[in-house]
Amino acid sequence: MKLQQNTRLALFSLLEFAADPQRQIPAAEIAQKYDVSSHHLAKVLAELSRVGMVQSVRGVGGGYRFIGNARRLTLMDVISRFEDVLPVEGNHSEATPVGQALASVLSEIDAIAKASMSSITLETMLRIVERQQAGSAAPAAKKSKPAKN
Amino acid sequence: MSKTTQPGAASKRRTKAIAPAPPAVAPARARAALSIRAVRHEDLDAVIEMDAMVTGIHKRDYWNSLYRRYAEAVATGHHFLVATADDEVIGFVIGEVRDWEFGSQPCGWVFAIDVRPDARLMGAATQLLQGICQRFRRAGVSKVRTLLARENTLILSFFRSQGMMISPFIPLEMDLEP
Repeated sequence: MKLQQNTRLALFSLLEFAADPQRQIPAAEIAQKYDVSSHHLAKVLAELSRVGMVQSVRGVGGGYRFIGNARRLTLMDVISRFEDVLPVEGNHSEATPVGQALASVLSEIDAIAKASMSSITLETMLRIVERQQAGSAAPAAKKSKPAKN
Repeated sequence: MSKTTQPGAASKRRTKAIAPAPPAVAPARARAALSIRAVRHEDLDAVIEMDAMVTGIHKRDYWNSLYRRYAEAVATGHHFLVATADDEVIGFVIGEVRDWEFGSQPCGWVFAIDVRPDARLMGAATQLLQGICQRFRRAGVSKVRTLLARENTLILSFFRSQGMMISPFIPLEMDLEP
């Protein structure tokens, strides 16, 4: 499943905000971290703000903060705001037996992807991030541990 | 929460639809000290009632059979645990260690987990899962699996929140011609 850039930016931003919901994070900080244009990101954040997932705080020290429910908001809730998650309309080739067979296999893949995206909340994603960080920190710590004499 | 689908050729039971998730508010029941323990025969009525609440079907014979196979066979790696609050049964989990099925190393399988709708959001399912995983670990296995319908997003979300990821196995099925 390939996500469009706006969708990916929305997920990156929401996960950054949800990781520290008390903090107001400037859009520029997210743009710099993910190496994207602030202008492009602003459009994504405006949509997230419009649907009530984040709140924009103006002025010095302003930025955005997460105001959704990280235990309930799923990846699919976010993805469906930015792209069409319905099955792609069939075309003429799907009227053929080969086309129908191919469409049926592709729809299996879509169904599995949707089930995954619908069952993973932002909180679960943050735990996955934590586990991955812990996993990558452990070998590094092992490496830097001085050898015993 | 609801039953997951039991692995193995003998288990063709489909995952039952689950009751809608309660809203993200404080649980209806006041928070009470949770306890996880092995099921006792006197717990069966509460378990049957809980299952009927979710599935709409009373299946006493089925549960009596499960009790005989799981509660009385812990030595064989079968586990049937209940969660209690104020000495009242509010949830259960059933699972077992299976060896070398599907070409896999021995691993624990969770095939049923349920919590009374009015006792959810108290952490009972988490403690039930931890309880059975602890018993699986004692049995020497280092992997736990489950299987459920992909439209069952509530329980999928629960298992995901506990750290479960998509396994390297793909379930397959086909209709048998008469």
